[in-house]
Amino acid sequence: MTELWPYVLLVLVGFLPNEVWRWLGVVFARGLDETSEVLVWVRAVATAILTGVVAKIVVFAPGALAGVPLWVRLGAAGIGFAAFLIARQSVFAGVVSGTLALMAIDLLVGR
Amino acid sequence: MAEHEQGSGGSPVKAGFVAGWSAGSVSVFQLVLIGTYISIGALAHDLGFPIAWVVLSTLIVWAAPAQVIMISALAAGAPPFEVAIAVTLTGVRLLPMVVALLPILRTRASSFAGVLLAAHFTAVSMWMESLRLAPRRPVEERIAFANGIGTALIGGATIATVAGYYFARVLPEPLVAGLLFLTPMSFLVSVARASKMISDRIAAVAGLVLSPLLVVLGVGLDLMWTGLIGGTAAYLVRRAVRARA
Repeated sequence: MTELWPYVLLVLVGFLPNEVWRWLGVVFARGLDETSEVLVWVRAVATAILTGVVAKIVVFAPGALAGVPLWVRLGAAGIGFAAFLIARQSVFAGVVSGTLALMAIDLLVGR
Repeated sequence: MAEHEQGSGGSPVKAGFVAGWSAGSVSVFQLVLIGTYISIGALAHDLGFPIAWVVLSTLIVWAAPAQVIMISALAAGAPPFEVAIAVTLTGVRLLPMVVALLPILRTRASSFAGVLLAAHFTAVSMWMESLRLAPRRPVEERIAFANGIGTALIGGATIATVAGYYFARVLPEPLVAGLLFLTPMSFLVSVARASKMISDRIAAVAGLVLSPLLVVLGVGLDLMWTGLIGGTAAYLVRRAVRARA
């Protein structure tokens, strides 16, 4: 039983709380128009939460990322976002530039 | 229900799935996902989780921010209820994504299992690729096509999770730090790219500012308040702008 507990925990705190939104999406996809007011509000709330998570991971970094100074993490995010805008909103350009910038600055001056 | 005979040129489900799998295999998102999941595997290894648990989390949670938050919170000894709240908050975004995607994919003949699987595979990577590529496929192939994309992406992520877990010891720390940075970086630009309405843009900026502020102020359920305050304020701004126009 004790070996099973971590897996029960994974289902309870990882799978179900996340998956329920996908199931609700299946339910609402029949009745809701993508531009309905409720959905505009839900998307705004979801967007604020998501960038909130982004800020949390960058500012209060987990694991190995915590070894990189805060100003390097913030600067790299800024560089990545600038590259995203310059490259006509290319997600790939933004992600690659930001990540390489983080590793380069960290190796050169951060540590 | 069964009167819709499938076309004579073979099964649309099989054709759609194979085409989707090919598209997903060469998607640029593969690179981001592989890097991201190497870092998640390495994080889970360093925090002492078993390999089967981590692989299962990739397969059934299939959402990088939720996994990073869940793994670091559980390792820090957070109460399970608080972890579940944090995970469910990061998952709210999936609802509008599924609502936007399914009407493009499904027909009356689509099987419920196929639709449910497509909903499970819905994550920023699969969603962006499906929205971009599925409209070019015949409509009866689309659910299978999206599931093919999802299978290819989750497959790459699963292999990367295993690789990250076993190579955690030999991966240089600056590299793991860079790979862990992929999650916030990719979500930041994906959100910016998907934000077309003024409410989405204001909400995005509000989230960036509010969440660290609420954490520093010691407010509990910081992500929930970030979403409710930032999202509702952004929605009200949109209403005010439209009322004036």
